[in-house]
Amino acid sequence: MTAAAVLLSLCYLVAAVLFILCLRGLSGPESARRGLFLGELGMLIAVVGTLLHKDIIRYDWILAGLVLGSTIGVAISAWIPMTKMPERIALSHSFGGLASALVGVAEYLREVDKLTPFKMGALGFETFLGFLTFTGSIMAFGKLSGIVRGAPVTWKGQNVINIGLFFCALVAIGYLVFNRDASHVFFGVAGTGLALGVMAVLPIGGADMPVVISLLNSYAGLAACATGFALSSQILIISGALDGSSGLLLSILMSKAMNRSFTNVLFGAFGQADAGPAPAAAADSRPFNEATVEDAGAVLKASQSVIVIPGYGMAVSQAQHAVRDLAAALEKRGTNVRYAIHPVAGRMPGHMNVLLAEANVPYDKLFDLDAINDDFEHTDAVLVVGANDVVNPAAKNDSSSPIYGMPVFNVEQSRSVLVLKRSMKAGFSGVENELFYQPNTMMVLGDAKKTLLALVNEVKEG
Amino acid sequence: MTTDWVFNLYVFVLATFVGYQVISRVPPLLHTPLMSGTNAISGISLVASLLAAGTNHLLSEILGFVAVTCASINVVGGFLITDRMLRMFQKKPSPVAAKPLPARAGASS
Repeated sequence: MTAAAVLLSLCYLVAAVLFILCLRGLSGPESARRGLFLGELGMLIAVVGTLLHKDIIRYDWILAGLVLGSTIGVAISAWIPMTKMPERIALSHSFGGLASALVGVAEYLREVDKLTPFKMGALGFETFLGFLTFTGSIMAFGKLSGIVRGAPVTWKGQNVINIGLFFCALVAIGYLVFNRDASHVFFGVAGTGLALGVMAVLPIGGADMPVVISLLNSYAGLAACATGFALSSQILIISGALDGSSGLLLSILMSKAMNRSFTNVLFGAFGQADAGPAPAAAADSRPFNEATVEDAGAVLKASQSVIVIPGYGMAVSQAQHAVRDLAAALEKRGTNVRYAIHPVAGRMPGHMNVLLAEANVPYDKLFDLDAINDDFEHTDAVLVVGANDVVNPAAKNDSSSPIYGMPVFNVEQSRSVLVLKRSMKAGFSGVENELFYQPNTMMVLGDAKKTLLALVNEVKEG
Repeated sequence: MTTDWVFNLYVFVLATFVGYQVISRVPPLLHTPLMSGTNAISGISLVASLLAAGTNHLLSEILGFVAVTCASINVVGGFLITDRMLRMFQKKPSPVAAKPLPARAGASS
């Protein structure tokens, strides 16, 4: 090793330590920004160190890419609204996957004559995982933004085909290890990755997005790891491992919060078998309490304690500021307002927390499932804003329900429940919600944001 | 060269372990910033993209250029947007319930 190479390695070591400290900072909102600064510093050290690397012969392409990428990055992060965060995250996973995959292809084209079997294998995995993450995340982005139909797309033998494709890719990578010159096989692996990414996300519906986004996060990390193995670059391995383990941990948490296994999310389109048209049609005719804004306002005004449960509907109608306005109006009257956040509310881990933080809701008013679930019986009113499955009592008492076993809020124990909902149609999962038909539930139908703003006026007046 | 990959495997396993330990301490409150932050960190593949773009092999340069672009979108955008989110969380819980709301459209500052 030359002195320069040793210096570069040390730069990378410093960067790796800074990355770990960055993640450590995220253990609390107080230390998080300082932590993030350390991460930025680490990245700067790693990139500047690399730019001085002797293997870099020319800088024109590099400079062009850096300038273009930074410009796009700054633009996206400055203008994207917080409600679009899941889309942004999905897109960035796709960029990460694509970058890894293209590095893999470039490395293969350049070095094919010098590849050791191990490096060939690592390149194969890198390219496969990278392309899979790329198209998978593009599909997730499409579903989140509504460009692709959000509902699960399924057909017969789907799982068999997907698993078959996966094993084909593994076998092909195995073949490449011993026959590195077989470039058609290499590009076959790349193509399989591209196809599998699309196929694997097609059958997954919107409500499962938190798990899928977390999984894609971990794939993007693994692809970066494989790059690290191929180039024998420890900084890539470490960063990829950090990304991968964070994605893995989040997917486990999300699956747990839905009481479903990984395999179930990946291979079982949600509600497919259970939600036939028959039960939904039967349920439609049942009576429910439809309430006007005045009724709802009266209930809220008479309440000493209110718990707000936000769901994806709040994000869709961008109602987070209106929610806060209402909470502020109620607090002015001396009402205790808290927020109950389900781990899978929204379309990605922590979605609701970010939206409420954007609306200046203090984070000590946000409570996790376990922290608040025993308090519902002492609560006067619960305000459900665009949430559905997370407040469905069927998860507790109907073993035939597809969401049976999922931990949900004990909403029905509170004195009265106000549900803001667009219409009485069953939610995405197609599962009927008993809560809507209970005697202490009042349904306020319409756009959540409009209803909330009307409620604010109502509460302020009286 | 055989020991090379064993050494790298060590690094991988230990890093995964550290990552798992550190990340399991992140509260659900910060899961979105966590995801966007680790995303920025994994933009370290920029390092590999730089090496691919800085060669004298035309196809590798072009692929490397696209990779550099993608990775730097993630690095720059990822850190900026994570910081934007964390700024929102950092606000001290304060009893200013009656204060009028700040401007809402694209509240980036």
